[in-house]
Amino acid sequence: MDKVTRISATACPLPTENIDTDQILPARFLKLPRNGKHGEVLFRDLRFDAADKEITDFPLNRPEWRDAKIIVSGTNFGGGSSRESAVYALYDYGIRAVIAPSFGDIFSQNSAKNGLLTAVVTEAEYEALAAALERVPNLPITIDLETQTIVCGNLSFSFTIDGARKARLLNGWDDIDLTNSFRDKIDTFKATHTQAQPWAVPKARA
Amino acid sequence: MNETTPTTLFDKLWASHEIVARDGESLLWVDRHYIHEGAFEGFTQLRRRGAQVAEPSLTFGVADHYVPTRRSQGGGPIADPEIARMVEQFNVNMAANNIRAFDLNDRRQGIVHVVGPELGLTLPGLLIVCGDSHTSTHGAMGAYAFGIGSSEVAHVLMTQTLWQKKPKTMRITVEGTLAEGFSAKDVALSIISTIGTNGASGHAIEFAGPAIRGLSMEARLTLCNMAIEAGARCGMVAPDDTTFAYLKGREYAPVGDDFDRAVTEWRKLKTDPGAQFDREVSLDAGHLAPIVTWGTSPEDALPIDGRVPDPANESNPERASYLKGALDYMGLTANEKLTDIAIDRVFIGSCTNARIEDLRAAAAVLTGRVCKVPGMVSPGSSAVKRQAEEEGLDRLFRDAGLEWVDSGCSMCVGINGDTVASGERCASTTNRNFRGRQGAGARTHIMSPAMVAAAAVSGHLADMRPLMAGRKV
Ligand code: SF4
Repeated sequence: MDKVTRISATACPLPTENIDTDQILPARFLKLPRNGKHGEVLFRDLRFDAADKEITDFPLNRPEWRDAKIIVSGTNFGGGSSRESAVYALYDYGIRAVIAPSFGDIFSQNSAKNGLLTAVVTEAEYEALAAALERVPNLPITIDLETQTIVCGNLSFSFTIDGARKARLLNGWDDIDLTNSFRDKIDTFKATHTQAQPWAVPKARA
Repeated sequence: MNETTPTTLFDKLWASHEIVARDGESLLWVDRHYIHEGAFEGFTQLRRRGAQVAEPSLTFGVADHYVPTRRSQGGGPIADPEIARMVEQFNVNMAANNIRAFDLNDRRQGIVHVVGPELGLTLPGLLIVCGDSHTSTHGAMGAYAFGIGSSEVAHVLMTQTLWQKKPKTMRITVEGTLAEGFSAKDVALSIISTIGTNGASGHAIEFAGPAIRGLSMEARLTLCNMAIEAGARCGMVAPDDTTFAYLKGREYAPVGDDFDRAVTEWRKLKTDPGAQFDREVSLDAGHLAPIVTWGTSPEDALPIDGRVPDPANESNPERASYLKGALDYMGLTANEKLTDIAIDRVFIGSCTNARIEDLRAAAAVLTGRVCKVPGMVSPGSSAVKRQAEEEGLDRLFRDAGLEWVDSGCSMCVGINGDTVASGERCASTTNRNFRGRQGAGARTHIMSPAMVAAAAVSGHLADMRPLMAGRKV
């Protein structure tokens, strides 16, 4: 996974709450294998109508935001289904960070494993950012992960992110290697655990 | 932690699975890993690394998300090539990795969150994961159960462990007793509409109080299933005699002395008096009314005698814009009476509300009545289907005009081809009323099985109470 440190780019506001993962990636695209093309179906039913025509007033379809790398949205972004392909869709489209007052928990976890930064700001900060982007659409936002700061025009504030997720993004860590370095501890744990709770290992009745 | 410090049920479950702590996260041991067809990406990652499944005997596969539901009416190969490929890929992944799978031809097939408890694979005290957000369901048996993404699925496959940040704890105490005909779904929707879809974010919920103690095992499963719709990491109910009675004799549950020994241990799985939660919420079951959703998020829920909200009365502009968008999508007018909303079809199914008690509750309303709209009933598992047929419920649904089909996720998510058409309005026992959840452009109202049955025979959203007068579930 690529390391994430600093992102400076155009940001697209999606000024509504509860953008769930079904909207980010509708269920009918769950069959797609991971091939870097999930971006084509990002927000499919919000970006395109039933006849595959672009819905012109959806923010991401507006010329000024088409190439945005950052999304600014309302509370509970990415709630709902655990589908990691919602993160693939954002990432493949080119989105590298989402700024919102809160996120679906599994979504943030999935994001950190795929190089997508989820920055939590307050309601007031979110509203200020969204308003600034409405006034000057191409106003770039700079997000610095190390210092946890966001700068946009004359607005500047800090954001929060879970420490472990931050470390994962900054280092581009591979969890499997990390876990395997604890192999001995895992083996010891397994032996004690299964002895204490023999029923934890299922046996089908004859 | 000191022996005498009172601890919560969640803290006990966490402590008993923690292998190592590091940088604010802990590596946890996984007792059960459930797999469905949607988890293919995890296997792709496994192959890419040339790795093996670490603990195939703790891993179980069930085909549910993509499976056709009209199998017994004709059988034959799956018509849709894409779906056929998904089911085949699942079978191949299970076989290649020596994973016990309940495939389409297995008597035990069903929706993973119905099958796990039903087979006694889900037990108190276990840590359970699945690449599906509604894994929270299994917490009803006193397990720590949560949904994960596909990178985490790959991690569990390869190591049988998972890195997690410890959630905060939240206790939701439900006082009083549920009135006749009210269901766990009404409790769940009331809680979500009170605390919001994000209200329990970052928290592990324990449901407690007399009303919860009084719930059947099946009702507890419904409640914990919906915990994720409040944003919670997981939901749980401390195991008790109801849990143990449910488990006894199930295929994978311990037997004889082993069972008794397990019960002795399971009885310790409860919150000690005086233990502190990060957050406490309480509500009174006596004040509940049957609840339906009107909007595009499970928090958009109101008692059936209410009216559609008016965005003009909303002071927060973001919320007002959300409400307006939801009303547009749902094709509703502000201030409209909920009982005036006409429906086009119904769906009774899903891991939320398709266990035998749910089917009986719907059947009680439908008996001797005819539905004014078409609809489908998909039992939560093949075992539930057999039992319902033994009880004659299939005939009753058919006589009322509903289609009786096989078990699967079906119209809950629509990926097997069972969808609600664009612009159509469906009264549904499922858990999500998101835009497009039941198909592009579909409009979903979620409610309990009895309320779906009431809507079916009325042709519009309706209160089941008058329809149940003098009847028994
Ligand atoms: S029935 Fe619905 S909620 Fe349950 S596992 Fe299937 S798709 Fe998910």
